[in-house]
Amino acid sequence: MKVFIVGAGISGSLIARELSKYDIEVHIVEKAPDIGWGVTKANSAIVHGGYDDPPGSVRAMFAAYGNKLYDELSKELDFSFKRVGSLVVAFKEEDMEYLKELKKQGRENKVEDLEILEKTELKKKEPNLSDKVIAALWCPTAGITEPWDVAMAAIENAVENGAMLHLGESVKDIVVKDGKVSKIITDKAEYKVDVIINAAGLFADEIAKMVKVANFEIFPRKGEYILLDKKLKGLVNSVVFPTPTKKSKGILVVPTVDGGILLGPNAVDLPKEKKYDLSTTRDGLDEVYVKSKKLVPKIDISYTIKTFAGLRPETKEKDFIIGPTKVWGFVNVAGIRSPGLTAAPAIAKYVVEKIFPEDLKINLQRKKHFNPYRKKIPNIKEVGLEEWEKLVKKDPRFGRTVCFCNNVSEGEIVEAIRRGARTLDGVKFRTRASFGRCQGGFCSLKIMEIISRELNIPIEEIKLNYEKSWIMDGKVRV
Amino acid sequence: MRREKVDVLIVGGGAAGLAAAISATKEGVKTVLLERDRSTGGVLNQCIHNGFGLHVYKEELTGPEFMERMWDELKEDVIRPNYTVLEIKPKTREVVTLSEEGLVIFEVKALVMATGARERPLSSLQIPGSRVAGVYTAGVAQKMVNIYNRLPGRKVLIVGSGDIGLIMARRLKIEGMDVVGVVEIMPEPGGLIRNVVQCLEDFEIPLWLSHTVVEIHGDQRLNAVTIAKVDKNKKPIPGTERKIKVDTLVTSVGLIPQNELIEGFVEMDPINKGPIIDEFMRTSIKWIFAAGNNVAIHDLVDFVYEEGKIAGYYAALISKNEKLPDSDKRFLRGQNVGVLLPQRFSQKKSFKIYLRPLKSFKKSILKFDDKVIRKFNWRIRPSEMIDLVVKDFNNFGPNVTVEVNEID
Amino acid sequence: MIKKMTCISCPIGCELTVFVNGEIKVEGNRCPRGLEYAKNEVTNPKRILTISVKVEDGVMELVSAKTDKPVPKKMLHEIIEYIKGLKIKAPVKRGDIIVNDILSTGANLVATRTVLKKD
Repeated sequence: MKVFIVGAGISGSLIARELSKYDIEVHIVEKAPDIGWGVTKANSAIVHGGYDDPPGSVRAMFAAYGNKLYDELSKELDFSFKRVGSLVVAFKEEDMEYLKELKKQGRENKVEDLEILEKTELKKKEPNLSDKVIAALWCPTAGITEPWDVAMAAIENAVENGAMLHLGESVKDIVVKDGKVSKIITDKAEYKVDVIINAAGLFADEIAKMVKVANFEIFPRKGEYILLDKKLKGLVNSVVFPTPTKKSKGILVVPTVDGGILLGPNAVDLPKEKKYDLSTTRDGLDEVYVKSKKLVPKIDISYTIKTFAGLRPETKEKDFIIGPTKVWGFVNVAGIRSPGLTAAPAIAKYVVEKIFPEDLKINLQRKKHFNPYRKKIPNIKEVGLEEWEKLVKKDPRFGRTVCFCNNVSEGEIVEAIRRGARTLDGVKFRTRASFGRCQGGFCSLKIMEIISRELNIPIEEIKLNYEKSWIMDGKVRV
Repeated sequence: MRREKVDVLIVGGGAAGLAAAISATKEGVKTVLLERDRSTGGVLNQCIHNGFGLHVYKEELTGPEFMERMWDELKEDVIRPNYTVLEIKPKTREVVTLSEEGLVIFEVKALVMATGARERPLSSLQIPGSRVAGVYTAGVAQKMVNIYNRLPGRKVLIVGSGDIGLIMARRLKIEGMDVVGVVEIMPEPGGLIRNVVQCLEDFEIPLWLSHTVVEIHGDQRLNAVTIAKVDKNKKPIPGTERKIKVDTLVTSVGLIPQNELIEGFVEMDPINKGPIIDEFMRTSIKWIFAAGNNVAIHDLVDFVYEEGKIAGYYAALISKNEKLPDSDKRFLRGQNVGVLLPQRFSQKKSFKIYLRPLKSFKKSILKFDDKVIRKFNWRIRPSEMIDLVVKDFNNFGPNVTVEVNEID
Repeated sequence: MIKKMTCISCPIGCELTVFVNGEIKVEGNRCPRGLEYAKNEVTNPKRILTISVKVEDGVMELVSAKTDKPVPKKMLHEIIEYIKGLKIKAPVKRGDIIVNDILSTGANLVATRTVLKKD
């Protein structure tokens, strides 16, 4: 039994990890050079409470359950996850009706512990909220994480348990024989295959077209963000939402797991062909700033570290498309828009525990020696000084700081390379080196030097991220 | 975890730190200099151009020469490379460090902060467009070319006319890159006029004043930028946009003093963006001194060196339990005064003050309260730091307002 | 003829007014170097050149260098191209002469830093 998962985003990665618990051959094909670089990399990084998805929708079914799975998952896979809670704030009396509606909806979605907080209580919790806020819906189970790290952790663990990862490999065609998937053809090779999981994010419709089951289309919806310096730590302690609109949850103010503050996203629908457009716009950034400042007036834009944009895979149905198709063995996990990060662990379980046995009639056998644990690359801030010193005594490279903004050592960078980082972004998203306020001014060249040394490649061949993102253009003096 | 007692601990081995080490060791106190990089010298390593040392060594030197001169001056081996300071504990006077030997906690009698500045990255400016490879701060480009022997691209636009930006325009042109020009959002160049002349005019590189980059284009690697003229409020003027094909953007949009280790407990100056100091380079905490670009951004390494010398010397005195007079007098910023240091003083001896005017003036006077201290018959600009020695304060009260006024 | 220029002899950058009427007169300079600069600038402008030279077997790939005297501005391009073709062996000491009397300008090209031999 050979399963190919197309896409190493949050959904594909967690499905791969779930499947690696069983005695089958699991492959993950990802066209980007690294894990989680599509939709997964640029979103609000929130594990939602699950109260705001329409009851009865597929989203609602997975979000609330997905949220519950995060505690155990974060322990096994050792990624950062903090249940900081979320607030939906009301400015006007009519918003209050909405909060009550949300609370009721939450109960229908089996999200308990929702509470409407009055102003005084709210101000105690979040003193920097606008004075104009009159009340808020408090959801203590909402959390924050680093989505790319969840995906990388899941893949690392899947690979540890025998899965095979094909990075920088693009699926070109799928051969169907007698109504079943039979072959998957990439730009590098052809593989026989029994089951294909289509978790290709923005490109899931194109993959589905290859087996002629595309009854959906994916539209990119852009969300722009502004990331503020860690010096503002504590500006908000929980995720702050405005009262949502029909289109989106609105522009939020989010604490990041390492202490920064993230503002965004707006929501701009792009034409179908703009699936690579990650550019920010003046109007978009202004909107993010103005609207987030309404929630938290103390937001100071001069603390900006960077701005970026992410794309969300939107469908007309505005809902997840999860399930088998009329081509046997071809399973869609498509349209995973918000709250995809929240839902992903539940989706992975659903695919493996329901779709495989019930729809595909495949009886999966548990592996005898599945190791559920993955250890993250250690960092001094999380490990603590005493433990860190032990590490340095074993390997002095952990005592050599490379990224000064985030205190990342050479030892961590070498470990990131050992785990598959090949580019500056590969190192950055695994270690947070160059993620800080100087944005690589002090460390990017040093990181390149380390990658060059560890992989024995000339320094000018190292890329920022993708194939054409070259950094150096040959020697000054030959 | 090892503990080590030192008299004077210096954090940072750039020009200010090395100068502090030179003067502290001369006083015979146990001195240690911590450098987070693999060797000292800081930015001087990569500044291969000349223009350094005219005040200090009475010679025009390049950065590496200035650095090696300081190494020659420093007679004792006090430098610890690859040491990062994790935390400074003001109550116990402990400095927690990480290095290949593990954690070392220094118990210090006096501390000199010489942590310098970092470059403001372009990403912090919220310029819309693609996030692509090919955008470098001038310092990164300089290090790439002068230390790593690699070119950043083929065709480059420089954003910001700070000194490193101007220097890099020339440097990249010399090495064969097509340097299409320098854009500066302000109506005046940000760097020294000397650099405008010898880096841009000599090499026929255009300077577009009152211009800025409004959009970044490219797929993975930069392929163009859109620039536009700006109005008085630095807002782009619609209709003046121009798309320029370049594969490289080098940015020189400001330096930020680095004070993360002390800003939680030392009084800071919001204009200088550094600690408030007195003429002994002492901060609001009596045993913590500071010198160089972490105090305020300086134009000349010579000034930084002189401050480092002062800080090292007085830190050594403090470590020998000598008393320094209280700095109970202050300078207040009056009209047209931006960067200003020191902000406090004791009036016991003459000292140097540095300041930047907020605007450019053809002819002007500098006043302390209502007394004219200096007349400038030449143009003064925000980009050029003014230094002057102050001697007599007998006729002033405890608060002296410093002011620059234009004259005919 | 009257020419306005900024003296680049030091970072102060005096704004000079130069009167050329047979004899050259200068106003605006705050030190004698300004006079000399202005005279050169109207007759034969000269510049110190700072640049890198390729080093073999060194701990660094490049050594920084400068001309120890200003060289004619009009020869800069030629001198730069000549230096790009140079290769020297480590070790190099600060002050070492890399090229004597470079292109007969009377200036030497000297190393401005020390580059030790790679072990």
